[in-house]
Amino acid sequence: MDATLSGTEATTALKAAHKPTGRISDPIFVGILWGCGLLVLLLLGLIIAMLFEGGLPALREFGISFLWSTSWNPVTEKFGAGVMVFGTVFSAVIAVIVALPLSFGIAFFLTEIAAGPLRRPIGVAIQLLAAIPSIIYGMWGFFIVVPLIAAYVQPPLIEWLGPIPLLGALFQGPPLGAGMLTAGLILALMILPFITAMFVEVLESVPPMLKESAYGVGATTYEVYRNVSVPYGRTAMVGAVMLGLGRALGETMAVTFVIGNATRMSASLFAPGATIASTIANEFPEASIGSLKLQSLMQLGFILFVISFIVLALSRMLVRSKLEG
Amino acid sequence: MASLARRRATDYTVKALSTGFAALSLVLLAWILWTLLARGLPALGPHVFTRITLPPGAGGGLLNAIVGSLIQIGVALIIGTPIGLMCGTFLAENGRNTQVGSAVRFVNDVLLSAPSILIGLFVYQLLVVPFGGFSGWAGSIALAILVIPVVVRTTEDMLNLVPIGLREAAFALGAPQWKVVTMITWRAARAGIVTGILLSLARAAGETAPLLFTSLGNNGWSVSLDAPMASLPIAIYQYAASPFEDWVALAWAGALLITAGVLALNVVSRLVLAKMK
Repeated sequence: MDATLSGTEATTALKAAHKPTGRISDPIFVGILWGCGLLVLLLLGLIIAMLFEGGLPALREFGISFLWSTSWNPVTEKFGAGVMVFGTVFSAVIAVIVALPLSFGIAFFLTEIAAGPLRRPIGVAIQLLAAIPSIIYGMWGFFIVVPLIAAYVQPPLIEWLGPIPLLGALFQGPPLGAGMLTAGLILALMILPFITAMFVEVLESVPPMLKESAYGVGATTYEVYRNVSVPYGRTAMVGAVMLGLGRALGETMAVTFVIGNATRMSASLFAPGATIASTIANEFPEASIGSLKLQSLMQLGFILFVISFIVLALSRMLVRSKLEG
Repeated sequence: MASLARRRATDYTVKALSTGFAALSLVLLAWILWTLLARGLPALGPHVFTRITLPPGAGGGLLNAIVGSLIQIGVALIIGTPIGLMCGTFLAENGRNTQVGSAVRFVNDVLLSAPSILIGLFVYQLLVVPFGGFSGWAGSIALAILVIPVVVRTTEDMLNLVPIGLREAAFALGAPQWKVVTMITWRAARAGIVTGILLSLARAAGETAPLLFTSLGNNGWSVSLDAPMASLPIAIYQYAASPFEDWVALAWAGALLITAGVLALNVVSRLVLAKMK
């Protein structure tokens, strides 16, 4: 300390020397961090509010029966979400039914069978399926898959399974190629990498000791997978399937190309249909601002958001409970 | 318990089936890529990059769509990246064990998988209706909303990999938090954070649905963010469904361009991420 300084001067000098550089800038910085965090919360709130507000007039006009009414008639201005909700759930369920066994198999292959140097490249290649844009799946589906299904898959199925009572209802109609089944198959391929990636992550978290104990008593690789690994990760794996379902529900472009876009209800796998997302994409250009049709489309969007939100939230709770618990 | 021979047979069958499933998914990937190459390459000529979209038969290209896409993705990154970076930092540094932090993390995970078409509808309600028209701004903001969750997720993950000791050492020297974050933790996680931004770029580049109701598309040459703006995905969507052969060919050329770009970004990102973990 400089002896020539008086007491007060010394204190001021000391304070200046020790003043943390972050006294002013730190609260600002932390404020920005909090602000951006809260912005994300606000964003979700705004999305819900805007979609609800946009669709409110339609809800007022048609009442709660909008949810299940199956009429969609732009001429008489009678709109209902029934056909699209059905189509959304139907196509997404087909996708999950197809993708689930494939994901189980591929996850088994990646965690237990594939040899070291092969594993990573194959895993990355399968993940690339998730990176291909939706519209590319749509084009590939429309130009390649739809004609193949119309020519080689549908005619024999309609002929063999169509006449069976009850089950036959799934296989009715002309072989158009485009329809629920095609949409479900394309969706299955799109959600496959998401489900598989999470399966692999969960399976890799199984304690080696558990698996080794099972191997020790003579279990085969498949028996260990089925009786040890999968039961261990079951909760998170259900969550992974829900994530796939959530993704399939809201997929737009790919479905729009291959589902046939018919706003009619049909139980047949081959009938053209519509999902909420495909209807919004298709009919939006013909809906003018302030029209009842546009409001109905907004209301459809709100319904889709609620459905996806519930599925995705459930998925996340299940996945996190296992991986973090 | 079944006989040993039978258990072995089951084991082999399941192994064969699983290998078959993995092979099937690789074949499907190869099939998609092959289709793109087979149909996109012949249609890919200099005119694709030098001419704007023209009526069928007039020999148009995709120049305005490519430029429009680049502008909107660029603006989306400029808006979305700082917000995502800050929010990810908030989750990793300030909100790690707080209620607000868990809520933000939860909402971000939902936004990450939320249907992108609804983001388009939302921006339509928020910006297009009140400001009287489709615009490049609206498209950019819709894409920014898709960019944010990806950046938040990877930033948080990457910052969590930075050892606590590194931060503590900096704090012990008396560094304020903003210095610790910007000069120590961000720097340590730089490669991972940049990877996250690249992944978000890849996602924004391929999205079609959110642009349908925001930037709409534009068949003329326009680089104004206040007017409807063309984009590659929208041009592909329009052209692929058209009955004109040259338009469909252009759609395949555009599809090849987008997919090549998106896959290249993904492969590079994954290589960097694999190195870090």
